[in-house]
Amino acid sequence: MNRTRAFLGMLIAIPLIWLFARGMGRDPRDLGPSPLAGREAPGFKLAVFAPGQETLARPAGDTVRLESLKGQVVVLNFWASWCLACRDEHEILSEVARLYVGKPVHFLGVLYNDDAASGNKWIAEMGGQSYPSVLDPGARTAIDYGLYGVPETFFLDANGRVAFKNTGPVTATVLHRVVDSLIAAAAAAAPGVAPTASAAPVGAAAK
Amino acid sequence: MRVRSVFAALSLALSLAVAMPRAIVAQQAPAAPRDTLVVTPEGLRAGAPTKATDPALEARTSAVASGLRCPVCQGLSIQDSPSELAQQMRSLVRDQLAAGKTDEEVRAYFISKYGEWILLEPKASGFNLLVYALPVLLVVGGLVFIITLVRRWTVAPALSDASDASDASDRDAADGDENSTT
Repeated sequence: MNRTRAFLGMLIAIPLIWLFARGMGRDPRDLGPSPLAGREAPGFKLAVFAPGQETLARPAGDTVRLESLKGQVVVLNFWASWCLACRDEHEILSEVARLYVGKPVHFLGVLYNDDAASGNKWIAEMGGQSYPSVLDPGARTAIDYGLYGVPETFFLDANGRVAFKNTGPVTATVLHRVVDSLIAAAAAAAPGVAPTASAAPVGAAAK
Repeated sequence: MRVRSVFAALSLALSLAVAMPRAIVAQQAPAAPRDTLVVTPEGLRAGAPTKATDPALEARTSAVASGLRCPVCQGLSIQDSPSELAQQMRSLVRDQLAAGKTDEEVRAYFISKYGEWILLEPKASGFNLLVYALPVLLVVGGLVFIITLVRRWTVAPALSDASDASDASDRDAADGDENSTT
């Protein structure tokens, strides 16, 4: 009698308690992979404000189009001078970008809700940045990529698809692992073509 | 009897617990935005027209923006949030509507970027239906449970006065083996 009742009660209560406990334990910001993963990366046309250094440099005022980077792996890092976590990853990004000079990979910083002067001042304070950064007026590109905050880093494969998104400061391990695998995938897809860093096959890549 | 009233109270509490979160979310004070604030909230509340104001467009923008979650806040829509990103998203909503997109197309754009999470109210389809159906089911179930109990409590003594035998059989039929030992 009471045993049946207790059993029935538990049958109702346990799943409910489990459901609530699960909901409580979840981080409301952790939403799993980006809905963009595997899809074509949103295009952009953004002006360079921080030129970068040496071989990776691009003159300030130059316009970077995503289409022009097709055929290369693209590492898109959203950052801001007011973002504390961006300080943690800055040196790693800058260093890894330098290591990949000559490889078919393009690093690009996108300034999020900040102005060029503050951005440049921050870069100078941090001891320079090897790759260029662009401005994103009105955060239109950030919203296009479904950005929650900074730093967030998007990895685009050679076909211009979003392959991976890293939320928070990116580590050297993640950078190497993802970039290497994307370069390898691109090489496997086009074995005859020797990948080059500068000459991107703009016309060849069908949109 | 005590077991039953505990169950009645429990089912009522559960129904309330399921129905409550929405009310709590609606009451939440605006959380401090994570990104820097450039515009004052007062200016934003007043509408802060950035483009030539078209009342119809503004109304549609507000309607769509009210249903979209601000990514850097807690439980606030981009219509209500003074954070910079929310304002930029609102201006994007306005621009897309002005460019001739329908409300549904603008919502679809944001869903394609942020996932269905961006909607403050989940779509009433598929698994989400559970969220809409469960509170109603629990309230109805709880009410039925309470009504049955109250009836039994009030009717049973009268029956026991009339005939002990019929009372026992009634109870057995309605209530399983609860009273078989009493």
